[in-house]
Amino acid sequence: MSHVTTHEHDVIIIGGGGAGLRAAIAIAEENPDFSVACVSKVYPMRSHTVTAEGGAAAVIKDHDSLEDHIYDTISGADWLADQDAVEYFVNRAPREMIQLEHWGCPWSRKPDGTVAVRPFGGMKIERTWFAADKTGFHMLHSLFQTTLKYGNIVRYDEHFATKLLLDDEGRCRGCAAIELRTGTVRAVLGKSVIICTGGAGKAFPFTTNGAIKTGDGMAMAYQAGVALKDMEFIQYHPTGLPGTGILITEASRGEGGILVNKDGHRYLQDYDLGQPLDVNDPRHPQKRAMELGPRDKLSQCFIKEKNAGRTIRTRDGHVVHLDLRHLGEKKIDKRIPFVRELARSYAGIDPVHQPIPVRPVVHYVMGGIDVDSNSATNIPGLYAAGECACVSINGANRLGSNSLTELLVFGGQAGTHAARFAMDHPDYDVSALLAQAGDERDRIRRTYFSSPHKSGSERIAVIRKELHESMEDGAGIYRDADSLESTCTKIAELRERYANVALDDHTNSFNTELTAALELSSLLDVAQSMAHSAMQRTESRGSHQRLDHPERNDDDFLAHSLAYHQEDGSAPRIEYRPVTITKWPPGARTYGADSGLKRE
Amino acid sequence: MPDNETITLELFRYHPETDSEPRFQSYDVPYDEDWVVLDAINWIKDYVDGSVTHRWSCRMGVCGSCGMMVNGEPKLTCAAFLKNYYPFPIKVEPLVNFPVERDLVVDMEGFMDKLQDVKPYIIRDDVNDTSGGEYRQSPAELAQYKQYSMCINCMLCYSACPVVGHEDEFLGPAALALGHRYNKDSRDQGQSERLEVMLSSEAMWGCTFVGECSVVCPKHVDPAGAIQQAKAMGAQEYFKRFVMPKGAGV
Repeated sequence: MSHVTTHEHDVIIIGGGGAGLRAAIAIAEENPDFSVACVSKVYPMRSHTVTAEGGAAAVIKDHDSLEDHIYDTISGADWLADQDAVEYFVNRAPREMIQLEHWGCPWSRKPDGTVAVRPFGGMKIERTWFAADKTGFHMLHSLFQTTLKYGNIVRYDEHFATKLLLDDEGRCRGCAAIELRTGTVRAVLGKSVIICTGGAGKAFPFTTNGAIKTGDGMAMAYQAGVALKDMEFIQYHPTGLPGTGILITEASRGEGGILVNKDGHRYLQDYDLGQPLDVNDPRHPQKRAMELGPRDKLSQCFIKEKNAGRTIRTRDGHVVHLDLRHLGEKKIDKRIPFVRELARSYAGIDPVHQPIPVRPVVHYVMGGIDVDSNSATNIPGLYAAGECACVSINGANRLGSNSLTELLVFGGQAGTHAARFAMDHPDYDVSALLAQAGDERDRIRRTYFSSPHKSGSERIAVIRKELHESMEDGAGIYRDADSLESTCTKIAELRERYANVALDDHTNSFNTELTAALELSSLLDVAQSMAHSAMQRTESRGSHQRLDHPERNDDDFLAHSLAYHQEDGSAPRIEYRPVTITKWPPGARTYGADSGLKRE
Repeated sequence: MPDNETITLELFRYHPETDSEPRFQSYDVPYDEDWVVLDAINWIKDYVDGSVTHRWSCRMGVCGSCGMMVNGEPKLTCAAFLKNYYPFPIKVEPLVNFPVERDLVVDMEGFMDKLQDVKPYIIRDDVNDTSGGEYRQSPAELAQYKQYSMCINCMLCYSACPVVGHEDEFLGPAALALGHRYNKDSRDQGQSERLEVMLSSEAMWGCTFVGECSVVCPKHVDPAGAIQQAKAMGAQEYFKRFVMPKGAGV
């Protein structure tokens, strides 16, 4: 880690998942003379997009309508989504999905060769495109392989970005990144920057998220002065495998799977989610009802069922059963083969013959880097897209299968706007940026390779574990002022103790203990914004359920929270910005048989 | 099971800054029948020795990061359960046939170059024109290449392949299967130029259908089958060149 090297391009993308790769292609395609850098802490095909299973929503069939997709998304979001952004998203989605089809994504097909769609939670009509149940895997690999066509996309694989570099006018012009192989700090410079680093599920102990989902990009933007928006909204997916948290896709319910409690009862009918139809009824599964209700409500029903003593106790905590047996082996193998593979490998059961034990699991962060519908932040030249960003189309609860589409729509959008910014603002002073990168290298050396870190007493894994326990206990599916207060206090304590983290490894090449320490730092920042934003929102909406404030309060909280980082690391300043309402005034959020009727 | 049971992992250690030779280091890890080898390595890194270096992310067999040699066999360590080895020690090494970066991390730059070499993308002129809606592709046409599209780039097949071991320029099982995946995609029109790359190296013909690649593949891609089919397509292509001007075929 001796010297800083300089690498200049036109646009810098941090993150090589679905959003980052889509942005890279947009720029490379629209600006063949541009050089696009993609800086990623892993090889792009390792990015977490790869694990998404069920599908990606876009209106394509004749019996569907853009208006319905918009309404489903807005009501699913409990009216916290910005409606202009949702309209743009839904209108743009079909074109993006067809484009990805042209780039080779192996979508499942109908006999006539058109793409097949399946029902998904909270959606009134089946509109979820899918590639069996490995949709994210196929989307990511199709995007990655397509980027290989472009000579002007330059990859910085296994480069861990740690800091955004801003010029004298306050414009973002690149990042400092550690090349993992050598430990060299590189100043990767460009005329504009897009952050596409994904979510932060690893702030919690029980999550579907991979090891890499540590909120690095969110923390970088936060530190640079961009607000983190709506961070109190954390999505629990209702069906994770106990123990590992491995996701069992919502597509399993879209294909007809049912949820039952310890008595074999389809308990969702007891919570205003409609009445069940027999699994052999041709109208099963009903859209926007029962097992195809939205994720926030289904996860909340699990807790209520558990509190009523009707869940099943296992070594890995309480579960309910996801029963797919009536689908039969043929359908399971054709439509959701990965579910069978995962259940067999990691739960030791075959869903053809046995129900799958499941429980809610942290899956997605609705909040993120505050951007507008052009994917722009308040820092000129800095953009963000994908799970790390909050536009917001997801509001208080994201609908399943909207996030993969979001990667495409807003990844492309960010690419286009970042390229325009680069064209309009081409000149910057390299030396000033290089000096900042040098300072960042010195900070890393000082912080992690010299005392007290070198002789400190705290272990990364211990602080991380305590953070996990505190987030689960205090900021889970149901929260109240007391639980959040103790989580906020705990995070403050852990931030202090973090200063005494000791590394075993003080070498340069492939120092993954250093990256684990940097990731923990990001998680502490992001978790702090989550807990404090949750503390201040004294209402219940979507995934944010306050036991002490059980009602939605549109008078005071039809607004996005904006958490601003404080220089001394103390509690963030929280501000609010009204939600943009265009045509759909806040209404009752209803699911069940009449859910499609209560529209106006 | 008693709480104090342990299992021994013997980890391959090599640090380019300090070691002239690799060595093995043993660690006793709490035994849990639900744990996979990756969990045990993570436990060591978290609580015993933070300098142990490996790659991982999804822990559900789809990101492709955590391939290593487990008792001499290429495995995804997130899918290799301790209970299948217990009570015997487990020896973990980096994937063979790759240069070692550090400990269990191999250099995969050469592999990445090979993926790019086979032009793994749809080649046709109207690929960015979405105005006509999706390209039609029947379920039967999808089935022609679907299996070959399932590769997670975990590189286990390169560790199993006897040709990769001694022929550096051999594109290798995963890259050839990927090229074949696009050749078999009804939407693609780039078969001719892709085959030219795939068949250019002598080494391709050195693949003797040993089939070790297909045996170790955790996703049942069957690269060996893909390579045999590609050879057959190549022979047809070769024949066509005699009867048609270049580029006129397909």
